[in-house]
Amino acid sequence: MADLTQFREQTRTWLQQNCPPEMREPVRSEDDIYWGGRDARFASEAQRVWFEACRDKGYTVPAWPKEYGGAGLSPPEAKVLREEMARIGARPPLSSFGIWMLGPALLHFGTEGQKQRFLREIARGEVRWCQGYSEPGSGSDLVSLQTSGEDRGDHWLVNGQKVWTSYADKCDWIFCLVRTDRENKYRGITFMLFDMTTPGVSTKPIKLISGSSPFCETFFDDVKVPKSYGEDIPAQVGEVNRGWDVAKYLLGHEREMISGADSSERTAGIGAAMKRVAEGGGGSLDPLLRAELAQFDVDALAYACMGEKFLDEVKVGKAHPAQPNMMKYAGTELNKRRHELMMAVGGSRALEWDSEETAGGKPARDWLRTKANSIEGGTSEIMLNVVAKRILDLPGG
Amino acid sequence: MPLYHTDDQQMLHDTVAPFMAEEGGIARQLRHWRDRDCPDGFGHALWRQFAEMGFTGILVAEEDGGLGMGHVEAGILLEEVGRNLTPSPFLATSVLVASALRHGSDDVRGRWLPGLLSGETVYSAAIDEGPKHRPERIACRAERSGNGFRLTGQKDFVLHGASADMIVVAARTSGEDGETDGITLFAVPRDANGMQHQPVRLVDSSVATHTRFDGVELDGDAVIGEVDGGRVVLDAMLRAGRVGAAAEGVGVARGAMDMTVGYLKQRKQFGRFIGEFQALQHRAAHLYAEVEIARAAVMKAAQLLDAGAEQADLMTSVAKAKVAKAARLAVQEGVQMHGGIGMTDEYDIGFYMKRDRALAEFLGDEHYHAGRVAALSGY
Ligand SMILES: Cc1cc2nc3c(=O)[nH]c(=O)nc-3n(C[C@H](O)[C@H](O)[C@H](O)COP(=O)(O)OP(=O)(O)OC[C@H]3O[C@@H](n4cnc5c(N)ncnc54)[C@H](O)[C@@H]3O)c2cc1C
Repeated sequence: MADLTQFREQTRTWLQQNCPPEMREPVRSEDDIYWGGRDARFASEAQRVWFEACRDKGYTVPAWPKEYGGAGLSPPEAKVLREEMARIGARPPLSSFGIWMLGPALLHFGTEGQKQRFLREIARGEVRWCQGYSEPGSGSDLVSLQTSGEDRGDHWLVNGQKVWTSYADKCDWIFCLVRTDRENKYRGITFMLFDMTTPGVSTKPIKLISGSSPFCETFFDDVKVPKSYGEDIPAQVGEVNRGWDVAKYLLGHEREMISGADSSERTAGIGAAMKRVAEGGGGSLDPLLRAELAQFDVDALAYACMGEKFLDEVKVGKAHPAQPNMMKYAGTELNKRRHELMMAVGGSRALEWDSEETAGGKPARDWLRTKANSIEGGTSEIMLNVVAKRILDLPGG
Repeated sequence: MPLYHTDDQQMLHDTVAPFMAEEGGIARQLRHWRDRDCPDGFGHALWRQFAEMGFTGILVAEEDGGLGMGHVEAGILLEEVGRNLTPSPFLATSVLVASALRHGSDDVRGRWLPGLLSGETVYSAAIDEGPKHRPERIACRAERSGNGFRLTGQKDFVLHGASADMIVVAARTSGEDGETDGITLFAVPRDANGMQHQPVRLVDSSVATHTRFDGVELDGDAVIGEVDGGRVVLDAMLRAGRVGAAAEGVGVARGAMDMTVGYLKQRKQFGRFIGEFQALQHRAAHLYAEVEIARAAVMKAAQLLDAGAEQADLMTSVAKAKVAKAARLAVQEGVQMHGGIGMTDEYDIGFYMKRDRALAEFLGDEHYHAGRVAALSGY
C-alpha cells in the first residue's frame, strides 16, 4: 500500500512534467489519435512529445514486460497509472490494434523471437497492424472463412478476400486468418502475419454511413507469404492449423477493448454536460430528457464500476473467460444510448453535417459511428449467444 | 483497492452462504412464518443464531464488542439474506440502527448495544413520513420539555416497529420541515408512553407499522448525537441502509435469476428445453449483464463508504437505483419465464417478486435515487 502511494505520487509528478496541456483535452477528431506506423505523421508537436515520452518510459504498453518495450508495471501499478491519466484527462499516447489485439495474443502464443521483434515494434509505434478476420461470406459465422493458404514449401500462397478490414489502406502489416486445411473446420485455420506491401495484396476503402472510410475490402491474389522471418520468427502464431485458438483468444481482448471498460470517457455520466449544452443553446433541459439522462447516468456509473471490477479480476485470473462478451454487449449498447441522448439534447444543431460550429458534423458523425460498436468485433446478438451458452450454460447448439 | 473480495471476505462468504441456505432458507423461514401469520414477520431463534455467529454486531466497533467490519462485509451477509429471502431484523437493527449508535455517547451505546450483540433485542428506525421516502423533509417534532423532549408526529414504513425494543426516530427540534439543520435523533424505548403502532402486513409478508407519537416524553439521554445536528447521523444511517438494501437486492436478483436459469434447463416444450430458444437465451443473458453490473456498483459503493470517500454518497444512490432496476428485471423475467407455475403460491419465484418490490421502495426507489444522482451531479 505504502509503495503504491509512492508510485502514485511519482506518476503524478511524471505526468505533470511530461503530458503537455494540449494532450489533456478531449479527443475531437480522428487526427487527435496517434496510430503509429511506417507512414505515421504527428498532428502536432505536443502529440509527438507526449508519444515519445511514453514510448521511452514504456507507457505505450505499461503492463507489458520491459524487454518487449513495456514498463513492466504490476496490475495495481497499472491501475494507478490508468487512474492518474484519467484524472488529468490524458489522451492515450498511442492507439493500435497491435496494442489491443495482436500484442496480447503474441504474449500468450508467440515464440520468443516473435515477441522480441513484433512486440517491440508495436510498443514503439513502428508498425501499424490491421485485422484480417471477416470475409464477405463469413461474418458472425467466422469459422466458415474461405481465404486459402497453399503450402508451397518455403512459403504459403494466399488467395481470397477479406472485408471490413479497418484501416487496411493505412496499415503496414496484417494478422490474418487463412484456411490451410479444407477438411477440418476448426483445426484448419492458420493465424498468419504478413506485410501489406507484399505483391498481390490490394485494398479498396468502403465508405461508412458516418461519411468516413475507416475500413476496406482487402484482396489477396497469389500472395507469397514466407514461412519464416528469421531465427525463431515463424510467419504463423501458434501452430499451423491451430489458428482458431489464437483467433478466439484475440477476440476476447478485442471485445474487452470495444467494451470501453477502461475508458474514462465511455464510463462517465453525461447529465451535467448535457445541461450545459441545453443552456448554452438558450434553453433548458426538458424534464423528461433530464429523467432519461439521470437513468442513463445511473447505468453509466454502474457500468464504470463493472469495468473496474472486470479489469481487476482479469489481472488476477478471477474473471469468467467469457466475461468480455458480456462487457462488450453492455458497454456498446450503453454507448449507443449515450449518443442517442446527446443527439436529443443537441437538437437541430446536432444534425449539421459539415458546419464549423460542429467541427464538421462531429455530433452526428459520432452518433452514426457508435452504431457499429454493437457490430464490430462480434455483434450484440452473438455476445448474448456466448453469454447464454458459456456463462449461463444454457442448452442447445 | 481491487474491486473483488479479499481472501478474508471470501472466507466470510464461505461461512455465511451455507449457513443462510440451511438456516435461513425459504421453506424454513419465510414460508414457515408467513403460513403461521407471525406477527413479527421473522423468527427470534434465527436472530439469536445470527448473534451467536457474531453477525448482529458486524458493523459494531471491536471496542464495543462487535466484529468491527465494514459495509463490504455486511453486504456479503445481506446478499445471502436476499438470495434466501431470509426474514430478519438485520437490515434495520444491525445496519441502520447500528450506524446511528456509532454516533451515540458511551451511555447510549452502553444501554443499547449489549442487547443487539446478544440477539436479545431488535431495533428499528422511523424515518419516512408518508408513503414515499423523502428524508429531506421531516415534520415530526420534538419540543423541549423539562430536562428532555416531547415527541409528536407520525412515521410510516417502520420495519417490524411493533416488535422493536427501541426505535431510532428522526425528529425536528428546530426550523421548518424542509430544512437541513434542526434534526435530532432519539432512541425511543418500546415502553414509551404515547407511542402507538398500527402494524400492517406488507406484500412480502414482512410487518411494518404506522407509528404515532402523541407527546411522548423522552429523557435528554435518549438523544443520539447532537441536538439539532442529527442530519449527519441520519445521513450516515441512510448511506449504510441504502448500500445494505442494495446488497440485499443483489441477492434477491441473483436468487431469482439462478432459479429461472435453472428452470430453463429443466422445462421442456416442443420436445426441447425451453432454454434452447434463443428468444429466452438472449433475455437471460441480458439479465445476467444487468445483475453483474448492479453487483459491481454495490461493491464499489460499499468500498467507498468504508474508505470514507467523498464519492460514496453519489455511488450509493447509483447502486440503489441500479439494483432496483436489475432486480426488478430479474423478478419479472423470473415469473414470465416460469409460465403458469410462476404465478402459483406454491412455487417460490413469486416470493422474489414480492420481496423486490418492498426492498426497492425501502430508503428510496430507483426514481428517487436517479433523481438524486442528477442533483448530486449538478443537473
Ligand atoms: C466499423 C467496423 C469495423 C470493422 N473492422 C473489422 C476489422 O478490422 N477486421 C475484421 O476482420 N472485421 C471487421 N469488422 C467486421 C465485423 O466483425 C463483422 O461485421 C461482424 O462480425 C458481423 O458480421 P457480418 O457483418 O457479416 O454480419 P452477419 O453475420 O451477416 O449478421 C447480420 C445480423 O444477423 C445476426 N446474426 C448472425 N448470426 C446470428 C445468430 N447465430 N444468432 C442471432 N443473430 C445472428 C447478427 O447479429 C446481425 O444482426 C468491422 C465491422 C465494422 C462495422
